[in-house]
Amino acid sequence: MAHPALAQAFVDNRERAQWHDKALWFVREKRDRMASSVPEWELLRETASNIKRHTQSRMAEYLEQFEANATKNGIVVHWAADAHEHNEIVLSILKRHSVKRLVKSKSMLTEECHLNPFLEEHGIDVVDTDLGERIVQLRKETPSHIVLPAIHIRKEEVGECFHEHLGTEKGASDPNYLTEAARNHLRERFCRADAGLTGVNFAIAETGGIVICTNEGNADLGVGLPKIHIACMGMEKLLPRAKDLSVFLRLLARSATGQPVTTYSSHFHGPQPGCEMHVVIVDNGRSEILKSPEFRRSLDCIRCGACMNTCPVYRRSGGHSYEATVPGPIGSILTPLQTPEKHNSLPFACTLCGSCTDVCPVKIDLHQQLFTLRELLDNKRLIGTSKKLSMKVVSGVMSRTWLFNLLGGIARTSLRFMPRFLIYNPLNAWGKQRDLPDAPKQSFRQQYAERQKQKGGGKS
Amino acid sequence: MIAKAPKSSRETILGKIRAALPQSAPLPELDATGPWQTFEDREARFSEVLKFVGGQTVHVKTVAEADAHLRTLEPWARGKVRCTMVPGLGDTTFDLKAINDPHQLENVDYAVLRGHFCVAENGAIWVTDDTVHHRVLYFIPQHISLVVPASQIVNNMHEAYARIKIGEHRFAGFISGPSKTADIEQSLVIGAHGARSLTVYLVDEL
Repeated sequence: MAHPALAQAFVDNRERAQWHDKALWFVREKRDRMASSVPEWELLRETASNIKRHTQSRMAEYLEQFEANATKNGIVVHWAADAHEHNEIVLSILKRHSVKRLVKSKSMLTEECHLNPFLEEHGIDVVDTDLGERIVQLRKETPSHIVLPAIHIRKEEVGECFHEHLGTEKGASDPNYLTEAARNHLRERFCRADAGLTGVNFAIAETGGIVICTNEGNADLGVGLPKIHIACMGMEKLLPRAKDLSVFLRLLARSATGQPVTTYSSHFHGPQPGCEMHVVIVDNGRSEILKSPEFRRSLDCIRCGACMNTCPVYRRSGGHSYEATVPGPIGSILTPLQTPEKHNSLPFACTLCGSCTDVCPVKIDLHQQLFTLRELLDNKRLIGTSKKLSMKVVSGVMSRTWLFNLLGGIARTSLRFMPRFLIYNPLNAWGKQRDLPDAPKQSFRQQYAERQKQKGGGKS
Repeated sequence: MIAKAPKSSRETILGKIRAALPQSAPLPELDATGPWQTFEDREARFSEVLKFVGGQTVHVKTVAEADAHLRTLEPWARGKVRCTMVPGLGDTTFDLKAINDPHQLENVDYAVLRGHFCVAENGAIWVTDDTVHHRVLYFIPQHISLVVPASQIVNNMHEAYARIKIGEHRFAGFISGPSKTADIEQSLVIGAHGARSLTVYLVDEL
């Protein structure tokens, strides 16, 4: 389904849509407070952007360097061209060690590859351990936000879900109580797990290690107990030097949740004694995006979610309306680039307000790319006829002064005198949720001419 | 005809990347002294941020003073299974050396652990795996304390990375506050999966 149809279903529940909007704006405001408390914030963004630009220009070299150094550290490095190969690699590692129970911390890459259903088909018990992810997993949903996976769910619904699956008291909705229940439930899973799987926030070429950031500590518990640690990373997670982390760790949590830094920023440079550590490097369409000068900078994304929290469309339409692993502005670029036929409506789920570009910690020109992507979809003939037709009509009117003036006059008069039911008819999409502004008596042209006349008799 | 061996994914991926590489761009210089945020009173800033993220800082002169303070903490006093990595600070109620499987640490109520230095800007403490028997000790106890020399507080993350050698420890990391989550309706809850509380002892004579 296209974004507008799915968003419609979301906004139909007005009270929930408003609550969702506010919850995300709250996070955006926390981010603003953090950003403005760092005097060199803009320099950090600029530096992060330049580090990413440089890394992209030598991506192959740095990947090889990472592989060599990681191997020296005793990490086994795997390469996966696509989602299928990624899943097969993970499964083969698990099978080799007869793993029955796997605990996972958050990894958008494994969501993108649909790893969980694949492993479950092969008889492996997969438990997502991030609280938000566990909630959506128990509800058989997907995350609606990359940092706050359960942002669309009310606490009463979490209470119902936990009552059913974890045996909490019926009707309980206190976040402290529910989190405690999840803590105890997941502790037991951590302790029984045969292997732990994580994502990767940053991989460092110079040292051959990876960094994982969490607030809950679930990644560290997940890989600290079992003998096998598998870390899955998109190839763009690479940084050249360890000290580059200073810039990115200062930006990541402040942009994501408005915290000074995540609670745990763990640096892994090899397996524990007697254990194994694997890193799977995944392409899955990324090298195609790298090819394109217009869109390659979307690969700089560090998955902080700031663009979602600020996006007026995301906040009011909910993450699931994008039907994409990564929703919001960055997802509306990455997803249609990989599957343009299925996701052709996403670049239009945008008002081009540019707020996403303003908050992006690595300065991706998000709204520019969304605009460019519309052209690309048009070239691929992937824009619906109704959209194309209305654009043709508007362009026809706008390019003829006489027609524009005539229609403007008609609209101004008729809006004032026409009965309401005629104005707010089914064809008026704008008027579905809001009233049109009062029509002015005069056009801008008329008002301007009058003003000039009053100023100095029209001519100076 | 000789059958061509199928290309490995590694070669395929690297080949595709090489064919797509953008124009070269310089790697920015990163200097620890750069124009980065510093603080007149680093300790005050560190304590303030740590408090903001749910932890507490206690400045003491000696290990003995820290020990006396620790014994007044409710989670420590209530904890049945305890261990310490700092001689003279707290106690160890079981034979740590006999533990070879980290799962046996599942029931630890309180652990007193070493931190190397603090970061003023974000309330983080740098820890490494060489000061513990199992790295899970930073995460699995119900409560932890980190003990850091009071003189060791840097201003920001740039200074932090300038003084550590990344890669020399298989596990190392920054810890800033107790474990937390806001995944249910954005309500902050302390004690998600890791420690429920973090007390940092800044000790003059350590």
